[in-house]
Amino acid sequence: MAAKVCPRCGFYNNVLRKRCSLCDTPLDGSQMTDIFYNKKENFYRIQSSNKRNSILLIIFLFIFLLILGFIFGYIFDIGYAGPIFAFIISIITTLISYNMGKSIVLKISGAKKVTKNEEPQFVNVVEEIALAAGLPTPETYIIESDALNAFATGKNPNDSAIAITRGLLNKLNREELSGVVAHEMSHISNLDIKFSMLVGVIVGTIVMLSDWLLRYLFWGRRGRRDRREGGGGVELIVIVIAILLAIIAPILSKLIQMSISRKRELLADAKAVEFTRNPEGLASALEKIAQSSVKLETASRATAHMFIANPFKDFSKKSSALFSTHPPIESRIRILRSM
Amino acid sequence: MVILIIVGIILLVIILAIIGIYNNLVSERNRVKNAWSQIDVQLKRRYDLIPNLVEVVKDYMSYEQETLTKVIEARNFAMNAKGVKAQAEAENMLSGALKSLFAVVENYPQLKANENVMRLQEELTSTENRISYARQFYNDCVMQFNTMVETFPANIIAAIFNFKQMEFFVIPETEKANVKVDLR
Repeated sequence: MAAKVCPRCGFYNNVLRKRCSLCDTPLDGSQMTDIFYNKKENFYRIQSSNKRNSILLIIFLFIFLLILGFIFGYIFDIGYAGPIFAFIISIITTLISYNMGKSIVLKISGAKKVTKNEEPQFVNVVEEIALAAGLPTPETYIIESDALNAFATGKNPNDSAIAITRGLLNKLNREELSGVVAHEMSHISNLDIKFSMLVGVIVGTIVMLSDWLLRYLFWGRRGRRDRREGGGGVELIVIVIAILLAIIAPILSKLIQMSISRKRELLADAKAVEFTRNPEGLASALEKIAQSSVKLETASRATAHMFIANPFKDFSKKSSALFSTHPPIESRIRILRSM
Repeated sequence: MVILIIVGIILLVIILAIIGIYNNLVSERNRVKNAWSQIDVQLKRRYDLIPNLVEVVKDYMSYEQETLTKVIEARNFAMNAKGVKAQAEAENMLSGALKSLFAVVENYPQLKANENVMRLQEELTSTENRISYARQFYNDCVMQFNTMVETFPANIIAAIFNFKQMEFFVIPETEKANVKVDLR
């Protein structure tokens, strides 16, 4: 099987297409590639880029927290205890998010574990797709909500979970459910889950700490000013840096989270079809998800990027390409239908 | 002396490469074997489920003895089939027999509403899917292994240590059209 690879976004297009179905770049004959050869290479590239990104993310957190520690140390007059304290916090955060991230994310989302006796079809479908992917069967969870959504999490394929909302489970037929589960299974096999779990916990931590710092700088400084009256210039610089950091860091980490997860969604759609060999199932499931306007109450900004579709329904319609964690669902359906 | 060291290093690199390729071939072959045993596990699951289903529907379907006998026969035939090709054919016959049994069940509202039947139908539908997914995974593994055995330089090592290409699981053209049994 052959495909035209888009030179701009790297998407695999149907050979008959004149323009990329993802980013509309004109395609000539020169991008023809044998898909079987590249499939494997592509898979390993995603996996290793996920591993690399996880490490970069942890380094980013460490650097950010160390700078924050210096600033705290300066403001509170405790010197090097600040960065040391920050270093300890970042180690603990990383260890916790790596080892307990799955249960934290599931708990935040209000997911409940289900067995085969309670939900035979859902558990069966998960076991089927695990066979297609050649992976161990993930744990199965249900979120009691009328919203239509699903996500996967875990630190590796041996320790992973797939969660789906009650609303989606009731609404889908078997074929569509297989498509959705296959999409989540591709996140597991691409190791997207590990990265997005770390992103969720770490972005959350950074946002929270910046928030504290900003609030302290706004409201907490007043009483201390007289003590340091002489220091003028240096103090001003530190405060400016602190404010900049406190504002920029969360935005920056949000942008990382968004840009990465949008590309991942499209790749996971493509891989899901590789598992089920049935693009229509996932396409019509996405269609049903797009039609619903129920928000998922338990989703937060820190976990939004993990779901199969943007859990904040109102946000997805108006949002520009820059500020969405998901590609527009209509274009995902169009791509699936053209496969 | 220098030449000797250089030759030694080159030999060492070649030996290490051979060891690496050989180990890769072995692990790929084991992956194929494991994928094949997964198919067997799912087939066994189906063999075990069929008598239960027949037991439950038997009382309701006194006029459909022929369909039931066909299913049982196909099951016993498939259980005794030997070799990849023969088994593929026998299993597809069994899939066909099950499909016609499910079609008949559709005509009996009482039966369709029976909880046991519903559970068994779900299990069998799932097993059908599992079998086709397991085969798909087996074929992917075989393709990867065969590509490795054929391409340079692994083909030399494969020839020396007698790694042979593996057989694909082929589904006859007539059965490709509709493998799934959707009862919703």
